Amino acid sequence: MAKPKETVPRTLMVALVLSIAFSVVVSTAAVLLRPAQVKNQNLDIRTNILAAAGMLEPGASPEEIEKTFLRFDVRLLDLDSGEYVGPETVGVEDPMRYDMYKAASDPSMSTAIPSSEDKAGIKRRPNVAKIFTLSENGELVRVVLPIHGYGLWSTLYGFVSLEGDANTIEGLGFYDHAETPGLGGEVDNPRWKSQWVGKEVYGDELDQPQIRLVKGGVSSDTAGKEHKVDALSGATLTSRGVEQLVNYWMGDRGYKTYLKKLRKGEV
Amino acid sequence: MADATAKQVLFEPIFSNNPIALQILGICSALAVTTSMNVTLVMCAAVTAVTAFSNLAVSLVRAQIPGSIRIIVQMTIIASLVIVVDQLLKAYAYEISKQLSVFVGLIITNCIVMGRAEGFAMKNGPWLSFLDGIGNGLGYSVLLIFVAFFRELLGSGSLFGITIMPVVNEGGWYIPNGLLLLPPSAFFIIGLAIWGLRAWKPDQVEEEDYKMSRHTFKEAF
Repeated sequence: MAKPKETVPRTLMVALVLSIAFSVVVSTAAVLLRPAQVKNQNLDIRTNILAAAGMLEPGASPEEIEKTFLRFDVRLLDLDSGEYVGPETVGVEDPMRYDMYKAASDPSMSTAIPSSEDKAGIKRRPNVAKIFTLSENGELVRVVLPIHGYGLWSTLYGFVSLEGDANTIEGLGFYDHAETPGLGGEVDNPRWKSQWVGKEVYGDELDQPQIRLVKGGVSSDTAGKEHKVDALSGATLTSRGVEQLVNYWMGDRGYKTYLKKLRKGEV
Repeated sequence: MADATAKQVLFEPIFSNNPIALQILGICSALAVTTSMNVTLVMCAAVTAVTAFSNLAVSLVRAQIPGSIRIIVQMTIIASLVIVVDQLLKAYAYEISKQLSVFVGLIITNCIVMGRAEGFAMKNGPWLSFLDGIGNGLGYSVLLIFVAFFRELLGSGSLFGITIMPVVNEGGWYIPNGLLLLPPSAFFIIGLAIWGLRAWKPDQVEEEDYKMSRHTFKEAF
């Protein structure tokens, strides 16, 4: 072993030079690739929203997705009052830049959920949600609401899309989860998701969310079939998680106040 | 090792000295990313690229690296390359990078990369080291693709996302074997692959650590 290689100053020197050299490599890559990455992330979010709203055509190009998405209005919603708020409330300029899941871990922007009410298993709920509305000729025809909650292994993140009556489901989908492939992971199955279309969230009084995931399937003579969806086979806990999280977000602490106002035309 | 030829260095790791089947390295990611062919191919490309370029970089600076910090230096080089690969995937293959998620970052801890840097690149020239990286990457890829082929075909009834056997949930006839989508199934397939490989090349069979002596029966009284 060559002696001069092992002196302390030389070791420090080599360490320093290599660190600097590789920092440069890593930062250059990060900076150069950033625009492409941001574009991908935005496209991904938009694709998920459109998929939940049932407006994603198979094989749509990024430009088409962008164009369809631009028909939506991005709005920030105060969940307790059910009123829209300006982006300055959450300290951003563009409502699209607000991240409600980051806000959920910030004590000044979120509320802790008492464990007795925490059906979705999310512990904290952001005060302000980012929702997407679609209006045609001044009339609201669609509203896409973000939902999330705990399944068996993971938190499921998704969107539910409601028709203008703020009651009928137009689509539901999760874009991020880590449930068991082939069992709970079947929440992604298009055939399963298609069952949600046309289901009604609220009962006759339009008061409490009534969604149930039931075993054994839903046929045309099942009682209350407008609220029932066939549970995933072999995934009781994921199904229960999905049921609870949908009902949580459609309930008192979720979007209920807003949806009520929406029906009366108050927002 | 010293007078290894380029051809040997490149092709030996594929069957004769396979990093997974013979050296039993890099099993973690072999279990995690082999549920579909698309994801597996991208992972294989990523590991091959990282192994090749980390070998090249380590070999280039090998004369300068002080022995006392050589492992840290190798880690720095490998980690930097992995970050670059991760960034590239996020920019150009976003869907797949989402599915690979944490496993791209975990290439840093893939024993194959570190093992080749320490075991080969520290002692050999840049060109041979680069080829050795490619060769070991290919060895890793061959086994992963073998595993992924069976897992995707029997677990989801498709290959590269294209339906081969329509599954019952989508109105077909094939009842997918859910076990193959779970990590333990990769152990079985890798085990079978090692069995097959050692039956074909008996010199890979390890010597027995001990020999069972013949059972003898002794009267106590």
